[in-house]
Amino acid sequence: MVEGVSKMGETTNSNLLQGVTGDWEVVVGMEIHAQVQSKAKLFSGASTEFGAEPNANVSLVDAAMPGMLPVINAYCVEQAVRTGLGLKAKINLRSIFDRKNYFYPDLPQGYQISQFKDPIVGEGEVIVDMPDGISFTVGIERLHLEQDAGKSIHDLHPSKSYVDLNRSGIALMEIVSKPDIRSSEQAAAYLRKVRAIVRYLGTCDGNMEQGSMRADVNVSVRRPGDPLGTRCEMKNINSMRFVQQAIDYEAMRQIEIIEAGGTIDQETRLFDSRNGETRTMRSKEEAHDYRYFPDPDLLPLEFDQAWVDEIAAGLPELPDDKKARFISDLGLSPYDASVLVSEKARAEFFEEVAAGRDAKLAANWVTGEFFGALNKSGLGIDETPISAGQLGALVDLISDDTISGKIAKQVFEIMFETSEDPAKIVEDKGLKQVTDTGAIEAAIDEIIAANPDKVAEYKEKPKMFGWFVGQVMKATQGKANPKAVNDILKAKLDG
Amino acid sequence: MSVDTETVRRIAHLARIAVKEEALEPMTGELNTILGWVEQLGEVNTDGVEPMTSVVDAKLRWRQDEVTDGNYPERVTGSAPDGDDGFFTVPKVVE
Repeated sequence: MVEGVSKMGETTNSNLLQGVTGDWEVVVGMEIHAQVQSKAKLFSGASTEFGAEPNANVSLVDAAMPGMLPVINAYCVEQAVRTGLGLKAKINLRSIFDRKNYFYPDLPQGYQISQFKDPIVGEGEVIVDMPDGISFTVGIERLHLEQDAGKSIHDLHPSKSYVDLNRSGIALMEIVSKPDIRSSEQAAAYLRKVRAIVRYLGTCDGNMEQGSMRADVNVSVRRPGDPLGTRCEMKNINSMRFVQQAIDYEAMRQIEIIEAGGTIDQETRLFDSRNGETRTMRSKEEAHDYRYFPDPDLLPLEFDQAWVDEIAAGLPELPDDKKARFISDLGLSPYDASVLVSEKARAEFFEEVAAGRDAKLAANWVTGEFFGALNKSGLGIDETPISAGQLGALVDLISDDTISGKIAKQVFEIMFETSEDPAKIVEDKGLKQVTDTGAIEAAIDEIIAANPDKVAEYKEKPKMFGWFVGQVMKATQGKANPKAVNDILKAKLDG
Repeated sequence: MSVDTETVRRIAHLARIAVKEEALEPMTGELNTILGWVEQLGEVNTDGVEPMTSVVDAKLRWRQDEVTDGNYPERVTGSAPDGDDGFFTVPKVVE
């Protein structure tokens, strides 16, 4: 099985998976649960802060004590509308809250307040850029508001589960895609894009480790061109990597079953991150029948278009628009632009470095040396040892010819190590570029005088020029202005 | 609309209501009587009438996004039959 999975990775060109009997197409749809960024919960005044003492952020409404009534948080509604606008989706001015009924110890009401038939946001679309530069569009089916459940902890006691309701009642946005995704890589890229959008909007922090964003993944396979196959759902996957693993494993599992003459049962499967496999979660007899009905405690959620327009007017620049602007106004390549806008924090860092400077040079330094160094040291952009202002100052030193690009790389390494300002490093280490042509000329004269054989060789082989440049750089500890060296050297050797 | 015994058994299970086997048949009859009575409403012509969501003419009340509640874990877990260290505890449930 594992061999099968790794083999699949090599057929990425067409996205088709190879079975024993021919090619298969994997079809994926996703439900992303994104926790709304708000101070208080969706229907109560309890705090949403992460990491509180057990059951501290719980009101009697969240604990479903008898007689408690839900009252909706206006800001959570605004955040859902804002997200809907970011997904270029239809905003429904009237939506309905329903009860989704099931029993579990971390669901004290015995039902989750959700939206079933009439969600707050309807159809939209998300454009996803793949690393190879190709883009595709994923249709959004809907976005609805619902309550999160509490948390069950199963490993604190041999025979008991511990329940903490701090998360109970926090607002979630469930973002449902159409089955427009055709590979595990596309699925991860889509999730990444939605995360970028909600982070730009400030409607969800997108923190998958803390569970503020998680995905249910629906997978089916079919022969290219055939109607959709039977799907299986894997719930609550909390990392990009696991989403990919789950899809890769599940697609191969389904292909093997069908090729062996079997059929796929529609079911919910559990993804086990320890071995990368999926397994049956609930038997069919136990399959959930949620018996949705309109929540009698809540009237329809209604607002007017003017309010939606007001929210739309206050939207920040989103990744697609930012990318377009970086390309058209700053002259960046589409690749650099999409790398820079892929995360809000990256884009902000770049814009600060580029402000009032050569944007292309700034982009090269941010995407090249800077992202490379972060990557190598395993740091997130929020943990950067150097500020955007410092990197900008380094770019200035290159632009005004204080140091060469080559020396700048040395300076950058020291900055990254020590968090010192580039000007101080250049000063302390005496790295200032030698632009004084007299000094460069002297160095060149010395080299030419000391190497008559090489000069003779150069007349035959002009490629020897590089050797002379190297010697001059060596003699000046790399500080000579490369252009000046080239010009003077050429004049002296050819003259 | 009517329900059969199998449906009643299933709904009872979903609602976690224990209905004795011998009570299923009579309960099916009772439920069908109620459903039949409600069905009489279908005789009223409701063409062009908006579904009524409340008996009073009211709008949904909204609250501001302010933390106004919580911070009393002892009240929340106080009436639970079992607990430990601020948590509710229940017989182990792992899917």
